[in-house]
Amino acid sequence: MRNSKVVTLEEAIRRSGLKDGMTISFHHHFRGGDKVVNLVVDKLAEMGFRDLKLAASSLSDVHSPLIGHIKNGVITGISTSGLRGELASEISHGLMKEPVVFRSHGGRGSAIANGDLHIDVAFLGASSCDCLGNASGCPRSENAKSICGSLGYALPDAKHADHVVVLTDDLVAYPNVPKSISACDVESVVVVDSVGDSSKISSGAIRDSKNPRDILLAQQAAKVIINSGYFVDGFSIQTGTGGASLAAVKYIRESMIEKGIKASFALGGITAHMVKLHEEGLIGRLIDVQSFDKVAAESIASDQLHQEVSAVEYASADNPGSAVHALDIVILSALEVDVDFNVNVLVGSDGVIRGAIGGHPDTAEDSALSIIVCPLLRGRIPCVVPKVTTLITPGAGVDVVVTEYGIAVNPRRPEIAGRLKEAGLNVVDIHDLAAKATSVIGVPDPLPFGDKVVGIVMDRHGNVLDKIHNIQ
Amino acid sequence: MELKNAVAGTLESGDIMIQIGPGEGLRVELQSSVEAQFGRQIKEVIEETLKGLGISDAYVKATDKGALDCTIRARVTAAAVRSTGVDVWK
Repeated sequence: MRNSKVVTLEEAIRRSGLKDGMTISFHHHFRGGDKVVNLVVDKLAEMGFRDLKLAASSLSDVHSPLIGHIKNGVITGISTSGLRGELASEISHGLMKEPVVFRSHGGRGSAIANGDLHIDVAFLGASSCDCLGNASGCPRSENAKSICGSLGYALPDAKHADHVVVLTDDLVAYPNVPKSISACDVESVVVVDSVGDSSKISSGAIRDSKNPRDILLAQQAAKVIINSGYFVDGFSIQTGTGGASLAAVKYIRESMIEKGIKASFALGGITAHMVKLHEEGLIGRLIDVQSFDKVAAESIASDQLHQEVSAVEYASADNPGSAVHALDIVILSALEVDVDFNVNVLVGSDGVIRGAIGGHPDTAEDSALSIIVCPLLRGRIPCVVPKVTTLITPGAGVDVVVTEYGIAVNPRRPEIAGRLKEAGLNVVDIHDLAAKATSVIGVPDPLPFGDKVVGIVMDRHGNVLDKIHNIQ
Repeated sequence: MELKNAVAGTLESGDIMIQIGPGEGLRVELQSSVEAQFGRQIKEVIEETLKGLGISDAYVKATDKGALDCTIRARVTAAAVRSTGVDVWK
């Protein structure tokens, strides 16, 4: 085609006008299988760039090569939803001069839309793209090498970045429709061997947890939902991917069938579990910012009622049209919950960053009913504590905490506590849960935090919520 | 009390592996996944358990994966019984 935008990666970078000190962005739809971040940053290092700020929707174990680029001064700033593995550990021990900025998925979308997070050049991987830049996370030819489904976290970048480069491992004939990213937003298209290993998004099969504690927690969470007052025809729901969360869906499904209740939509990271309920007619629509497994990615490619949304449409705090505002029930996990119902999902109890904020604070705050499911103890690590190590989701947005030792209801929601007690559930004071944990494990010694700030947690409205210090 | 080298416990999550052998005084070398917060308490439990069994000279290497105190006591006791040949449960 005479207007083809297809160039080499090096040429795309040159054309972008990228300079030292600028901000580059990436999405994480391939999760542990991502190949774009390392490929692009290696090339930028080779071309001699320095002092770049990396704005990723999230980072994981696979991004440990960034450690070298940070040490060499190629990358001097990071903003992300999460950090894991070796990179997270190094940063927790003080690798970077500038603290990492952590935002929720909705918070990142808002920050990009309102200019708080300005992106100079976005490098966005796609499973199919035509020569003008119409891009999708769905495969569109027999040569397709990857599939990631929704490109929801990449859409704010595509819309607002000064310059957009799409990387694809399958260049298809124009027009690549239906598209997620529009050619009108794309400056260059780069063909690479692989944008990501789809098998590492998650395994394709539905796995039911066999852990008896997970099953107990799931049963309790399902009972909370069923008796909460929100389990009525047309309700909406979001769940995480944890074993207990997924298992809860199984019990809710049984109750939906028994009572003839159907959900209007399921939101969020969509899993094979939700696709199954949708295909059975129990959930009307799927609103998908991130396809969590291959089944979900394949469903979004073929099912009109399975709709992709951007991070802004999903969970923006300042856009009243975002889907979380219509969400009834969310089931979430936690590393720690404290007696004020504050939740930490980012920093481990060893003080090392080991997780991701995700949509936790977005969905907790805006849903009608937020349920945290976590065991009281993980080994010797307490999950219900006097005070969270790092504040991620303020307790004002958290309604119920389900543990195997009882269910605590936020005092702000006495009506829910009343309904659960009436249903015969074991409703307890959250202080008693924290005391129970201490009685089993003793009082932990304080963590050896240093004076250096290695991370800043932003709330979803763009304010500093907490600071993470280096661990010694 | 004469000690032979003995082991109890596993490296599974929630367990602790206790390797015990002869030594002068009680020397406990601990590696733990929860060392910063619970290392001090775990060492105390190991030492108290051994003293309670009348062992005041031993070298103990403990590899902990987040075990609770009850598990630590059980593993230390089992390792001590294997090491001394004295059955404390009779």
